[in-house]
Amino acid sequence: MENKNVLVIGGGIAGMEAARRLLQLGCEPVIVEQSDHLGGHVAGWHKLFPDMMSAPELVEQMAAGLDGVTVYYRTRVANMNRLGSGYSVMLSNGMSLQCGAVLISTGFRLFDASKKEEYGYGVYDHVVTNSDLEAWFGGAPDDRIPDSPARVAFVHCVGSRDLKAGNPQCSKVCCMTAIKQAIEMKEKFPSAEVWCFYMDLRLFGKKYEDFYIAAQRDHGIHFVRGRVSEVSEDIHGHVVLKAEDTLAGTPVKLNADLLVLMAGMLCNDDTQGLARMVHADVDSDGFMRSRDNIYRINESNRPGIFFAGACTGTKTVPETVAEARAAALDIYNYLNGRD
Amino acid sequence: MEGIDFGFGLSKSSSVQLDKVDLTLYRRLEALEPGVRVCMACGSCTSTCTAGPWSGMSVRKVILNLQRGKDVGRMLSCCMLCGKCTMVCPRGINTRHLILSLCRIYEKV
Ligand SMILES: Cc1cc2nc3c(=O)[nH]c(=O)nc-3n(C[C@H](O)[C@H](O)[C@H](O)COP(=O)(O)OP(=O)(O)OC[C@H]3O[C@@H](n4cnc5c(N)ncnc54)[C@H](O)[C@@H]3O)c2cc1C
Ligand code: SF4
Ligand code: SF4
Ligand code: SF4
Repeated sequence: MENKNVLVIGGGIAGMEAARRLLQLGCEPVIVEQSDHLGGHVAGWHKLFPDMMSAPELVEQMAAGLDGVTVYYRTRVANMNRLGSGYSVMLSNGMSLQCGAVLISTGFRLFDASKKEEYGYGVYDHVVTNSDLEAWFGGAPDDRIPDSPARVAFVHCVGSRDLKAGNPQCSKVCCMTAIKQAIEMKEKFPSAEVWCFYMDLRLFGKKYEDFYIAAQRDHGIHFVRGRVSEVSEDIHGHVVLKAEDTLAGTPVKLNADLLVLMAGMLCNDDTQGLARMVHADVDSDGFMRSRDNIYRINESNRPGIFFAGACTGTKTVPETVAEARAAALDIYNYLNGRD
Repeated sequence: MEGIDFGFGLSKSSSVQLDKVDLTLYRRLEALEPGVRVCMACGSCTSTCTAGPWSGMSVRKVILNLQRGKDVGRMLSCCMLCGKCTMVCPRGINTRHLILSLCRIYEKV
């Protein structure tokens, strides 16, 4: 290996796992993380489907493997240029690095639910997102969540599968998150009625369908096939949802004490800027473009620039971790002159 | 055997023979408003329609019925062409234009 330095941009689970593996392979990874903590979005979740593993514990466990890895917090890449067979990098903290390869693991951005004005996020008193609910499960106080809600409604596909929100893609993890959170709400408030408003239920992963069956059989969660078209607030502060029950073919209304919006996963704001710095491509869905989406997901169209995790599209935690390991091996082989 | 009263009649099956469906109307609509093809039957149009709860108007049902070869003339007359459904369609279908196009097709037949 000529230059063992590998710049890892983004210290979410993708960047963490890749750095750990690169270290094991004898490389010298440097993580540049814009926030003040590792773990990215997962650090903000409570329990992970399908095993209901503790998310903070997973992040902690992964961080323990990073002894010997340099991490720069509150830092971003200011500039990056091709130099010789590697890259010359300037960081926002004034440091400069010469590295043999770069891993982009900048993850995703959660859709800003206030942009779907018809759902009243940030306007009505009792509207939260999937992300807010995870934080609340994890112990963060939230005034919007009533002490003992009688009716809780989940709205799927908020900012996904929606041309008007600028994102025609399915975010793929939110059907499963909705059912997981619906069950968790039912466990917290056994007398509450819980409703999921969906267009299609996409429970594609190992044991995901078990959650759907349990939601029906053990928790009596109601499923309505129809997209919520608008939400209002009545004088008692209840949220009033309107949808069509498309299976029954009738318009329906529901008065609820709490509305949970399943905000989707979008490409990061920085994706374009980072891509431009190294002349990598952005795909038609706004995420980073892999060489292909079947066999070379970890590779960009530029030498020495690799991807892992949700920066190339929506991913689950196990998919992200598997990609990070694959990327580490790809980078190691690249630095050793092997394809 | 004609003329014998068995005391019961045979009711017509409601089953749709998909390969025998008459898609003439639907094809004509497709030509005028190709957006109709991408409807995902989410029901947003129906749910937001002011006329819907009283008249039974539903863009979703109009589209589905046409795809199954059924007549939708009666439902169309309930639409006020307000365009609310177009505002909410997540697939960006110009539903108001879709209804107008259908009205034109019905005028011709
Ligand atoms: C509500 C919700 C619940 C979920 N629950 C589950 C679950 O239970 N099970 C499951 O398998 N999956 C779940 N997921 C999916 C999971 O969150 C993702 O798979 C995972 O976060 C992807 O990790 P990542 O490292 O690729 O991206 P991220 O978690 O987004 O991390 C990216 C990191 O990069 C940093 N970064 C971004 N841009 C820059 C930059 N320019 N410079 C420096 N740093 C930067 C960010 O600060 C962040 O730390 C859930 C998703 C959502 C939305
Ligand atoms: S996973 Fe489900 S909720 Fe999320 S965008 Fe896809 S269909 Fe909608
Ligand atoms: S245009 Fe017609 S179908 Fe659409 S919302 Fe208005 S009345 Fe309903
Ligand atoms: S809102 Fe659009 S996609 Fe949804 S049922 Fe109506 S026409 Fe179809």
